[in-house]
Amino acid sequence: MSEAVWIDAALVAARPQAVGALLRYFRDLDTAEEAFQDACLRALKSWPVNGPPRDPAAWLILVGRNAALDGLRRRNRQDPLPEDAAISDLDDAETPLAERLDGAHYRDDILRLLFVCGHPDLPPAQQIALALRIVSGLSVKQIARAFLVSEAAMEQRITRAKARIAGAEVPFEAPGPAERSERLGAVAAMVYLVFNEGYYAGDGSVRAQLCDEAIRLARLLLRLFQTEPEMMGLAALMLLQHSRAAARHDTDGEIVLLEDQDRALWDGRMIAEGLALLDKAMRHRRPGPYQIQAAIAALHARAPHPAETDWAQIDALYAALERLQPSPVVTLNRAVAFGKVHGPEAALAMIEPLDARLSGYVHFFGVKGGLLLQLGRAGEARAAFDRAIALAGSVTEAARIRRHLDGLMRAHTPAAEGERV
Amino acid sequence: MLYAILCYNDEDVVWSWSKAEDEAVMARLGVVHERLTREGRLGPALRLLPTTAATTLRKSQDPPLVIDGPFAETKEQLLGFYLIEVADLDEALGVARDLAAANPGGAYEIRPIALYIPDARGGLPEAREASRA
Repeated sequence: MSEAVWIDAALVAARPQAVGALLRYFRDLDTAEEAFQDACLRALKSWPVNGPPRDPAAWLILVGRNAALDGLRRRNRQDPLPEDAAISDLDDAETPLAERLDGAHYRDDILRLLFVCGHPDLPPAQQIALALRIVSGLSVKQIARAFLVSEAAMEQRITRAKARIAGAEVPFEAPGPAERSERLGAVAAMVYLVFNEGYYAGDGSVRAQLCDEAIRLARLLLRLFQTEPEMMGLAALMLLQHSRAAARHDTDGEIVLLEDQDRALWDGRMIAEGLALLDKAMRHRRPGPYQIQAAIAALHARAPHPAETDWAQIDALYAALERLQPSPVVTLNRAVAFGKVHGPEAALAMIEPLDARLSGYVHFFGVKGGLLLQLGRAGEARAAFDRAIALAGSVTEAARIRRHLDGLMRAHTPAAEGERV
Repeated sequence: MLYAILCYNDEDVVWSWSKAEDEAVMARLGVVHERLTREGRLGPALRLLPTTAATTLRKSQDPPLVIDGPFAETKEQLLGFYLIEVADLDEALGVARDLAAANPGGAYEIRPIALYIPDARGGLPEAREASRA
């Protein structure tokens, strides 16, 4: 690997720790970000000449902090009304390096940085944009391109998010155990948001790379919080879902359903890592929603052929998820597995009560139509599918559903009886 | 004389490689592997999954203690390793416990494998991904 590529990768890898520590000193996202940028520029000049430092993050923190302090001093000299508040928080600026870089500190620094970006006060779209900008270091232009909005609009979204964070008063003291676990929960949710943005974007698009970024963040969190089964579960869930990326879309970019995917295209390395993490999580016997969803994904990953899928176990896992996180969408997913074990009639009875709550949910009518079709109730099935098409988010999506459903209707004419959902 | 070559690098960096970067490195390594294989000098080689997937069995106490994460102490040195084929982590820990009973002290890090290149000194077997066992 060339030197430039190595330095670039090292700067990206050191970023969360360095920006997190700088945020602790300066208690202001913009100052921390600028300080880190300064340090990166200096690294690009110094590292090729002097060789890379042994601890790149420590180097960047120290250099970034000094650069920002210089900047503050200069600004204060020029400014007739110095802003004392901006420097009064720098009590720890002279503490020894060893103390500043101790493990516990930097763990909370990174957690705080991620928590700031995934703050519960921020709407999801702002959380994702802020995390990609601040934690991942993507440029506003890159993020704007991923979300198909103008650069100006993305800039504004990030500025709004920062303003809201400034008003949210994030505590900078080391968090207690209860607060730490609360933050970890919010951060996990934010990481999964980033993942899902990529997951639903479609293969090959710029946004699809967000899946890799979310997995990178999860590995980072896992290294900091090694004994958290839900973090293991989240990482496993994302790895197992992302392992199917190459098989999830056909050459025209159409979604390929799980049971129609070419399993040889699944990424074996991601599956191995996901299964290993899930094994680790299960040992703790503290189940949570991410672990259960990962366990469901693992059963699909372990089936060499769709017919060998352990649907009874998947049904049991969805039942457990229903208990932990009751939601009509979870019940709908469970019904698909339940139907595989107990037949379409039983599955239909399970989703019947969801009608009112899921009357605006396109997949509800897709599943319902599929079940009706299996029961030979073609007329009712067609009506359900028409509802699904009417609920589609776009003309393209409607056309896609229609093509898929036409295929289903054909498959269920008496001549070709095959069970497909 | 048999030698082991132990591979160290920053896993943050290595696991952030894009698919294309990863494939480029593996292709370059493949050229070296191929030559060594032709010369009958390449034994088994493997690539480990990230340390986040590791579990450690501390065998300095009885019964040994299972902890999440990689082996992180600096006062012990890497003295050897086993390659085992098992169904899951519990089975792997079972094997590690049996070994620990025979040889207490120190620790075993149990780390899943990403890619396994079998002993090629007798021929040209295919590399395989761990999950396609």
